[in-house]
Amino acid sequence: MNVFAAIGRVTLGFFRETGRLSLFTADSVTGVVRPPVYWWLIAQQMMRIGYFSLPVVGLTAFFTGGVLALQIYNGASRYGAESFVPVVVLVGITRELGPVIAGLMVAGRVAAAIAAEIGTMRVTEQIDALTTLSTNPIKYLVVPRLIAAVISMPILVAIADSIGVFGGYIASTQSLGFNGSVYMNNTMNGLTFDDVSSGLIKAAVFGFIIALLGCYNGFNSKGGAQGVGAATTNAVVTSSILILAANYLLTNLLFTK
Amino acid sequence: MPAPGSVPKVELRGVKKRFGDKVVLDGLDLVLQPGHSLVVIGGSGTGKSVMIKCVLGILRPDAGQIFVDGQELTRLSGRARDEVLKKFAMLFQGAALFDSLPVWENVAFGLIQGRGVARAKAKDIAIQKLAKVGLGADVAMLSPAELSGGMQKRVGLARAIAADPDIIFFDEPTTGLDPIMADVINDLIISTVKDLGVTTLSITHDMVSARKISDHIAMLYKGKIVWAGPTAEIDHSDNPFVDQFIHGSAEGPIKMEVRA
Repeated sequence: MNVFAAIGRVTLGFFRETGRLSLFTADSVTGVVRPPVYWWLIAQQMMRIGYFSLPVVGLTAFFTGGVLALQIYNGASRYGAESFVPVVVLVGITRELGPVIAGLMVAGRVAAAIAAEIGTMRVTEQIDALTTLSTNPIKYLVVPRLIAAVISMPILVAIADSIGVFGGYIASTQSLGFNGSVYMNNTMNGLTFDDVSSGLIKAAVFGFIIALLGCYNGFNSKGGAQGVGAATTNAVVTSSILILAANYLLTNLLFTK
Repeated sequence: MPAPGSVPKVELRGVKKRFGDKVVLDGLDLVLQPGHSLVVIGGSGTGKSVMIKCVLGILRPDAGQIFVDGQELTRLSGRARDEVLKKFAMLFQGAALFDSLPVWENVAFGLIQGRGVARAKAKDIAIQKLAKVGLGADVAMLSPAELSGGMQKRVGLARAIAADPDIIFFDEPTTGLDPIMADVINDLIISTVKDLGVTTLSITHDMVSARKISDHIAMLYKGKIVWAGPTAEIDHSDNPFVDQFIHGSAEGPIKMEVRA
């Protein structure tokens, strides 16, 4: 009997959580189109989510591009296909690694920060205080973060793409003996609009996931410091998993024709 | 003073609220007359906070009705509901100041965000309201984290009175303060309330504070009001629950739910 009870509890919990998240998402998305719009808060969040994530995203993109070039060279040289290194690095970075690596890094940085901030506001009754001051907490706290993340992530990924390709260029010219101008030429010839734009679409979706789960976990944190800690961990774990799952679905959608 | 038989400022009828299996409010009835200062007393976990959050519109009751100036809040929605909720202000237990904003913006928040007052004008009003709670203009630029607990309560009170509310709610106004600061806050509440002529609803388990700031007291136990009357009659209530609570005795009808 206990086995069934346990399965039932887990199943009910899963559906309850899914339902709650869906309602929260619906509330947040309708909040985007209803006035007032807090322009200043959106700008402030774009600074925090986008601009301050640049160093960490740039560094990871640089090293990822470099390591990608090294490994592709290793594999390609077995078949004498070294000349494909630039274009494979380009495709790998723009289609997959740029958005995914940036998404995961920003999830760790931003989803955690959002969940901790909003979670602390929840347990210190600051969110209730917003309601008593005629301010809708979803519109004031969630909507600016959602908008800022959806706008910032594609910009961040565009920059990460360039830095990643540059990382591949540095590795190829410095350790693999590629000629710099030939490498750049191959890269430019391989550059297509679809590769880059699909990565940017992914980035916008990842931005939405990061802000939404950061806010959702913060809003639902309970208790004191421990509750906020749990909310922060949950925000990072759930947003990372959802980013990877969404990446699979989007790749399926965008590239299988 | 209100004429007898006038419309109550706030009235709760049969309000019920449960969280999962736990029944918190179990058909609560309460009447708050205009101009009165009502304190609801009760032990921890008896549903005082939940009651106040239902009235404030933060929580939705599962059943029952809440009236504000004769309007049924529980049936309103959208803008009409927002208009009713604008009559309320609340001083939270931990002051609940927004730590990302300086003190003056905290006080002016409801004016700027909720009522569209221009920032410069709202700042002037905020400094006036800070003066009313005994804080100088120099405090206005500080961050809430730089203030002591008593000063945070004062700022919270200034924020509550900033938009000239009809009804102010106080959640444990003296909890966490030393006895002297508690008395200072009590005096401040009394003078502010007198000054503004507002109706107040407070919840507390501090009997000293309850006697001081109220003219009427109601006692909440297990999600229901078990006694209500003027503060002067609290010592002659002949109610075993009230007697046990005001004397702070472990013996009596109230059984503490102590979990191992």
